[in-house]
Amino acid sequence: MTSAKSPVSNKNPLTAPAPDLWRDPDARPFVFFDGVTKTFDDFTAVDNISLKIYKRELFCLLGGSGSGKSTLLRMLAGFEQPTQGRILIDDVDMAGIQPWNRPVNMMFQSYALFPHLTVEKNIAFGLKRQRLADVDIKRRVADMLDMVQLGHLGKRKPHQLSGGQRQRVALARSLVKRPKLLLLDEPLGALDKKLREETQFELINIQEELGVTFVVVTHDQEEAMTLATRIGVMNQGNIVQVGEPHDIYEYPNSRFVARFIGSVNLLDGRVTEDEPDRVRIRCNDFEPPVYLNHGISCAPNQEVCVAIRPEKMLISHEPPAQTDNTCSGVIEDIAYMGSLSVFRVRLDSGKELRVTQPNISRDSGARFTWNERVHLYWDVDSAVVLTS
Amino acid sequence: MAVQRRSWFLYTSSALGFLFLYVPIISLIIYSFNKSKLVTVWGGWSFKWYGELFQNEQILSAAWLSIKIAFISASLAVVFGTMAGFALSRMGRFRGKMLLSGWISAPLIMPEVITGLSLLLLFVAMEDLFGWPAGRGTLTIILAHTTFCMAYVAVVVQARMADFDTSLEEAAMDLGAKPSSLFFLVTLPLIAPAILSGWLLSFTLSLDDLVIASFVSGPGDSTLPMVIFSKVRLGVTPEVNALATLMILIVAVGVVVAMLQMRKRPKP
Repeated sequence: MTSAKSPVSNKNPLTAPAPDLWRDPDARPFVFFDGVTKTFDDFTAVDNISLKIYKRELFCLLGGSGSGKSTLLRMLAGFEQPTQGRILIDDVDMAGIQPWNRPVNMMFQSYALFPHLTVEKNIAFGLKRQRLADVDIKRRVADMLDMVQLGHLGKRKPHQLSGGQRQRVALARSLVKRPKLLLLDEPLGALDKKLREETQFELINIQEELGVTFVVVTHDQEEAMTLATRIGVMNQGNIVQVGEPHDIYEYPNSRFVARFIGSVNLLDGRVTEDEPDRVRIRCNDFEPPVYLNHGISCAPNQEVCVAIRPEKMLISHEPPAQTDNTCSGVIEDIAYMGSLSVFRVRLDSGKELRVTQPNISRDSGARFTWNERVHLYWDVDSAVVLTS
Repeated sequence: MAVQRRSWFLYTSSALGFLFLYVPIISLIIYSFNKSKLVTVWGGWSFKWYGELFQNEQILSAAWLSIKIAFISASLAVVFGTMAGFALSRMGRFRGKMLLSGWISAPLIMPEVITGLSLLLLFVAMEDLFGWPAGRGTLTIILAHTTFCMAYVAVVVQARMADFDTSLEEAAMDLGAKPSSLFFLVTLPLIAPAILSGWLLSFTLSLDDLVIASFVSGPGDSTLPMVIFSKVRLGVTPEVNALATLMILIVAVGVVVAMLQMRKRPKP
């Protein structure tokens, strides 16, 4: 690893079969937001966004409420028109193309199943609008029901189904027209945790099998990390970072992204040594410098922020051998979570750091106790320097 | 949760309530089978008055007229009321929405005398100005009933639309339904229970109405309540009791059918 910007070849194994078209600068984008702005009265929901999404991607738009992610999705579906800029799907400008004429289908957050129709008729709804022959409709509906493993429930009404079954009906209904692009609005939000995990993998399998491009909107960073080939992190109508889940987590480009994805310790400091192959930073909270074995683009003496993930810090009773990248404090609080333990360590400056340790042996959680003095240390490539 | 014991208080209060509501109706039904010609004197069981009722041309034609009027005005009220309720719930927020919503429900609380009188004045003025509606009669009663029943339908439909998930309509559009077919494919089936109950409500209200009909009807076009009322002024006859019993029967059957219909519908 030479620079924080270089892409990492270690990619998400779950999404491995998808072609990484986004790494190819000449690749033709399948969905192209070209300087899109959307304002409602005096509120700017989407602020001059340009974004390329490639064929067969499973792209996640991740952001809090009001970040503009849903507006972006609704503009793809055609429920909202951009105030400025244009949206291209498969090289066709979508301006003026009505929702019922777009090669796009959407799975709604509430699932929006028609309560007066049976499961079969819900799925057949889109095909009937295309005026397909009854035989074809029947066959395709049956195929879809098989795919989502609901063949035996075709005659039920939506209110007779469980939440997970409804979610699968909604998915079948949105896929049955074989859209080029499937939009999913918080697809797993209404499911409980266990069901959500199972469904995530099912969703990925279906996406790979059908080769449809998925755009998923979610506020759940875990969901985005598991599902996505790439994630676009949104904040206040802007896309603040686009990248593979690994890049977003390990190389956040701003405090916002670092804090939004996972938890992080942020330390303010000043650059004291700035060489092409190494950097030293003096943090406000402890004496030993933070040392990085690669250069960063910054001015000498610039004020920066050092981000260190809790799981990348190590904790010990004895001082570590290294003189850089270490600090010490008192254990304020311990949370035993089963697979790992979370320690809150208060430094002498008063700053609190969060450290997690995997419980690799049964008693490793009991090695430390409250109010003990401990040393924290981390590797030369663990910290990320943020300038914004 | 602890199971609440049903106390004697609950039993007696519900019994009293139901007695209060239904004793008058039950006594009316019993007296419709009275053999005696005097309404207040019991003379044994008989179907005599039902026979007489079906011989009475005046009552039969009035009943037929009432049913016709109720059917037509309920149907018209459903069309216009649904349009009004739908529009009001879909126009979003705008200045004066409260005022318009209030206006649409005003006929519900307006004294019938005022509604009747104002409609009469309107019809007279309209006839003077452009000769329509010519005279007062069935047509003016239908127009008047449509007017006030529409308000009820609009309120019922608007209430139903308030908890309507608009993403259902978006889903339909997304699946290829144009707005023109969307209403009939998705919106209408979902608000159908509200429309049906609006229709039944309008039908019974129109069948019921005496005051407004009296204002706007002309000579010869007397609805059933008008005929009953004029008969009662000359003294209650057992025939009227029989007629009332039949009406109760019809209304009860209608209500039960409507309730069974509603139960068949899935919950929204």
